[in-house]
Amino acid sequence: MRITCPNCGERDRREFYYQGDAVALSRPAPDAGLEAWDDYLHNRENPAGDTRDLWFHEAGCGAWVVVTRNTATHAVLDTALAERSPR
Amino acid sequence: MADLIALTPCAGLLPLAHGGVEMVEVLPARLMSVAPFAGQEAAVSAQLEAQIGAGLAPPNRRSGAVTWFGHGTWMIAGDVALAGAAVTDQSDAWAVVQVSGARAEDVLARLVPVDFRAQVFKTHHVAKTMLGHMAVTVIRTGPDSVEIMVMRSMARTLVHDLGVAMRAVALR
Repeated sequence: MRITCPNCGERDRREFYYQGDAVALSRPAPDAGLEAWDDYLHNRENPAGDTRDLWFHEAGCGAWVVVTRNTATHAVLDTALAERSPR
Repeated sequence: MADLIALTPCAGLLPLAHGGVEMVEVLPARLMSVAPFAGQEAAVSAQLEAQIGAGLAPPNRRSGAVTWFGHGTWMIAGDVALAGAAVTDQSDAWAVVQVSGARAEDVLARLVPVDFRAQVFKTHHVAKTMLGHMAVTVIRTGPDSVEIMVMRSMARTLVHDLGVAMRAVALR
C-alpha cells in the first residue's frame, strides 16, 4: 500500500503509523452529553468501503494525515493534512 | 579543568570506500533546529535571510544552510538567534555522512524506499524517509553525491548498513 503524504508525496505504508478513525478530530463540546461522548470515545464504524483514518508520517516528515481509503479494495482515495481538515 | 576529548559521531568508522562509492563524515560546526510558531513563518524566514542569507526552504528542499527537516521544522547549519520560533541547538545530536560515486544511487536503492534517480531527486532535494528501519534525512548535494543525516546514536548502524550495501553493489 502506498500513501501520498501531503508534504512528501507518495510513500510506502511502512513509513506511517496508523492511529484510527478521523473522528478523533471532531471532539464534542464538554457539555455535549453522554451519548455524544460515548460515540466519540468508544463507538466506531467498521465499514466495508470508504473510511477516514488518521495516519502519522512517523518515519517521514512527522505530519498527521487524514487518509480516505476503501477497506474493500485498499485504494487510497484522498489524503490531507489533519491540521487543515475541518473540525 | 579537564581537557575533554570530543569524538565525532562516526569517529573510527569512516571513511569507507567500496567499488567506487565513497562514504565520509560531514561535520557541520553548528546545527540548529527551527520550528516557527503558528503564523510566524514569513517573519522567521525574513530573519534567517538577514542572518545567514537563506530563508525557510519549501518542503523537500534545501536552500543554502537551511534544510527542510519535516513538517514545520527546518535544520540550520549555522548559528542563528530568532524571534517567533522554537530554536534548539542540535550540534552534537546528528551523524552526517556523505555518500558519493557513480553508483551511490544503486547503494541507496538497496536500503531506501524512495526514487533517488537524478531526474526525480535533483540537487538540493530533501527526503525524510527510512534507511532500513531508521528514520533518515537524505539530501542530494550533487550529481552523484548525497548527504544522509541520522540521530547520533544510529551512526554505527548507518555506517554498517551502508557499508554492507556498498560491498554488495561493488560485487555486482
